Amino acid sequence: MADLTSSLQEATLEQAKELGLLPEEFEKIKQILGRTPNFTELSVYAVMWSEHCSYKNSITYLKKLPRKGKHLLVEAGEENAGLVDVGDGLACAFKIESHNHPSALEPYQGAATGVGGIHRDIFTMGARPICALNSLRFGDLKNDRTKYLLRGVVKGIGDYGNCFGVPTVAGEVYFDPIYQTNPLVNAMSVGIVKTNETVSAIAEGAGNPVYIVGSATGKDGIHGAAFASKDITADSVNDLPAVQVGDPFQEKLLLEASLEVIKTGAVVGMQDMGAAGITCSTSEMSAKGNAGMVIQLDKVPTRQSNMKPWEILLSESQERMLIVVKKGMEASVEAVFEKWDLHCAVIGEVNDSGILEYYMGETLVAKVPAESLVLGGGAPVYQREFSEPPYFEENKQFKIENVAEPKDLKAVAKVLVKSLNIASKKWVFTQYDSMVGVANTSINRPSDAAVVRVQQNSDKALAVTVDCNARYVWANPLVGGQIAVAEAARNIVCSGGDPSAITNCLNFGNPYNPHVYWQFVNALKGMSIACEALGTPVTGGNVSFYNQSTEGGAVFPTPTIGMIGLLNDWKDAMTLNFKNEGDAIYMLGTSRNDISSSEYLVKFHGIEKSSTPYFEMEEEMKLQQTVKKLIASKLIESAHDISEGGLFTTLLESAIVSDLGFDVNAAQNTNIRTDAWLFGESQSRVVVSVSKDKVEEFETLVKDLFPCEYLGTVTKGNLVVNGENFGASQEYKVQYDTALEEVLIG
Amino acid sequence: MNFRAEINVMPHKELLDPQGKAVAAGLHKMNFSDVADVRIGKHLTIKLSAASEAEAKQKIEEACKKLLANPIMESYTFELFSE
Amino acid sequence: MKFGVVVFPGSNCDKDMLHVLGNVMGAQVREIFHKETSIDDFSEKDCIVLPGGFSYGDYLRTGAIARFSPVMNAIIEFANAGGKVLGICNGFQVLCESHLLPGALLRNNNMQYICKNVHLKVETNNTQFTALTQKGSVLEIPIAHGEGRFYCDEKTLQELYANDQVLFKYCDATGNYTEAANPNGSIDNIAGITNKTRNVFGMMPHPERASELAMNNTDGRILFESLLAKAAVV
Repeated sequence: MADLTSSLQEATLEQAKELGLLPEEFEKIKQILGRTPNFTELSVYAVMWSEHCSYKNSITYLKKLPRKGKHLLVEAGEENAGLVDVGDGLACAFKIESHNHPSALEPYQGAATGVGGIHRDIFTMGARPICALNSLRFGDLKNDRTKYLLRGVVKGIGDYGNCFGVPTVAGEVYFDPIYQTNPLVNAMSVGIVKTNETVSAIAEGAGNPVYIVGSATGKDGIHGAAFASKDITADSVNDLPAVQVGDPFQEKLLLEASLEVIKTGAVVGMQDMGAAGITCSTSEMSAKGNAGMVIQLDKVPTRQSNMKPWEILLSESQERMLIVVKKGMEASVEAVFEKWDLHCAVIGEVNDSGILEYYMGETLVAKVPAESLVLGGGAPVYQREFSEPPYFEENKQFKIENVAEPKDLKAVAKVLVKSLNIASKKWVFTQYDSMVGVANTSINRPSDAAVVRVQQNSDKALAVTVDCNARYVWANPLVGGQIAVAEAARNIVCSGGDPSAITNCLNFGNPYNPHVYWQFVNALKGMSIACEALGTPVTGGNVSFYNQSTEGGAVFPTPTIGMIGLLNDWKDAMTLNFKNEGDAIYMLGTSRNDISSSEYLVKFHGIEKSSTPYFEMEEEMKLQQTVKKLIASKLIESAHDISEGGLFTTLLESAIVSDLGFDVNAAQNTNIRTDAWLFGESQSRVVVSVSKDKVEEFETLVKDLFPCEYLGTVTKGNLVVNGENFGASQEYKVQYDTALEEVLIG
Repeated sequence: MNFRAEINVMPHKELLDPQGKAVAAGLHKMNFSDVADVRIGKHLTIKLSAASEAEAKQKIEEACKKLLANPIMESYTFELFSE
Repeated sequence: MKFGVVVFPGSNCDKDMLHVLGNVMGAQVREIFHKETSIDDFSEKDCIVLPGGFSYGDYLRTGAIARFSPVMNAIIEFANAGGKVLGICNGFQVLCESHLLPGALLRNNNMQYICKNVHLKVETNNTQFTALTQKGSVLEIPIAHGEGRFYCDEKTLQELYANDQVLFKYCDATGNYTEAANPNGSIDNIAGITNKTRNVFGMMPHPERASELAMNNTDGRILFESLLAKAAVV
């Protein structure tokens, strides 16, 4: 064997620091190796022990999230994404991931590669993605940079997803100045796999060849390491791509080839290459199988010439996969990649050593134990300090009594319908192909969550949604975290689904800031409470820290929840729109004197500091049980939950789909303020409509289940509240549909 | 004075160019096997008036930097002709 | 009668078309991989479908590289011999690049990709593809494209009309050819055409996305039914 230490110089503490390692981490590496690492090895540790790969500042709390559930086949952390049993020999793999920082730098490519990355996470498990969702947050849209970011991100998501051929079926877009510097771009993929065709990210079997397939490797995403390497010259700086370019066409071929190669039976394990590229995939797959590998870096097809060993190891070039193949079955694997015109190269071999050896030609350039690199192995785990931020106490001081009720509530309605967090996101979603795959049954049948057939010739469907009201989480992370999960489940239930499991994308500020970490710890505690109560375990996800800028501070704590639920038949789905003039309108739930953290309080009164709206887990669970029963009993024509913009917005959204109106009245003799009744966002409320001939049966059933207020009837034309005509449904529809475009283009 | 600028905007050479890659593969399949590499950019022709060639050059520089090329992704070159 | 659905690298509506033709319409159908050089198992009674998607990433020009796929020579021969060829969306773009249909499809005039339901007026039922429709009837069928603005020169346009080659035009819900109803700026609101010999059909909207109750829209079915019924008669 070639001599390692003679081939390369020892790395220094200075370099370790430049690579983002702490002095004690540098010491730990020396201990593990029993010697000082060379620069290549140091880079490998730096990237594997980074926040992104090691979750070192979050794993302690992530492990406390509920992981067990009735529908789970694979628990969180075991694979790239969790697996939910959907019956009929099928399972669902789904995951959400952030691409915040790349999208802030170059919105189009940042968002595009985010979509590509999350789909790869799904099809690397053998699952065919059936739909995509996304959750986006931007600053004030009146700002030119925000416009540029929104346009770029939406086009990036659209161009990548549309070409890749997976429908984008649901999502959310929020605007708040808190995201001015740090936009959030979270992308989710949902895939379906036969339970006997799943693939694990594992390397086993001494002598089995290791393949790299897909795109050639360039010097993508290695900036930090490049500058720490010291031998950088002006020329080599010019060689460093500032952004990664996505190639959805290549990814489409990689998808088809990957799924086809699994069917050959030759695949031992497969992992996509995202952060830390070959380093991450070789070490994680080896560690999982207690195996080692010998890798020839000079065999990796490269896009740029003269790439150094550590550049090849760290490269984050897109659209690549690492595959361990059963020895002797190489030909059948190569034939598949040949068919799809994709690069496919043997770069090494699995062994039993537990050690990763990377060679460049004859030279051994790095030698590290696989286990020492990975999460759950040698990667460091930290407990960060946290403390309650002063704003929390201030939020609790808020009292509705200190806010004067406006005389003209019609004026409030007109403001809210055009508020960008409420108004239609049509400008965004018409740029996404939401129909490819003929699986999305919600196109002409809108519901709170999208309902997607699991296979083209199947009645079984998934209800899918992404939700997070980050303002609530900021106001009170413990309660806001619960609401985020509860709202997602409510959307699934209102669509006729049975909530199964969640994936989460935890977007926070700097974890070294005790106030930020307090938000993190409490939001996760809140999520856990809700997940336990609703029986929806966490199957995986990702953490994005450092969404923070010096001038703007941290973003709202934003734990985006992606949830899936099951429907035995898409025909059982419930829609959100009113159906017929004369149908009765009810609100399930209790009206409360509550305007805390509402869009109304923030946008109309300009008050930022208040607590979360009323929420109580027991009540929420009862509500969801009630909605399920009503849908199963076929007693309701529509169901739409009350969220941003309160009761009025929910009624409006149910009415305008079919050009209908409503005539509603508040209950008599209550001490609830009309503005709170109409625009407050107290939780656990759903608006349903009931056809005239079912009213009696409905009232009898609901009486014993949950509080229910009769509001009025569905009408043609106008929106009438407490006898006052708020205006024509048509007018509101135009405002609702065009508000975003007006700010963006106008 | 009237000028015409012929501007080429190209993806940075170190970046992946998926378009160029696909076109190169297409050409190979059609037996243009000597084609080593293809990169695809944009060509713009801009007519403008300016007091001097230096001013025209400066204006085009500025237009390229501010709008026509995205400096993160693309580089540009141009030639200036008087009309 | 049987159908063949071509899979180019980057096709992504191929599986949808196979599903609708096979499972929904109950027709005989097989996948044709783009590297096949012979399609001798198809006769002129049969129909080859070029599905939607992004063949070769739609890089350079939509359909430009796919047109040189190995299978295209066989398909051009098949069409010239009278076989039916249907191109949907990207398939329409490939047919134009192959000169099996006149005209070209350019970037949408708003420069954005658009996915939504649109209305189409049937301009002729004198083709095997529209035989069961009523001339002048309005179908609601979705579009999903970034480059669907049909364009041809004035002479070609006159020929299209003179030979009754225009299949569909974008219109509003009541059948008016308004500018607002034209989603992409197509010349004369044209959404679909046929060739002079009336055996090659191209349209930008996706009838396979409007052929099942699960999509809550079955307006597109009549087009596949027309092909199948006509074949049954022959």
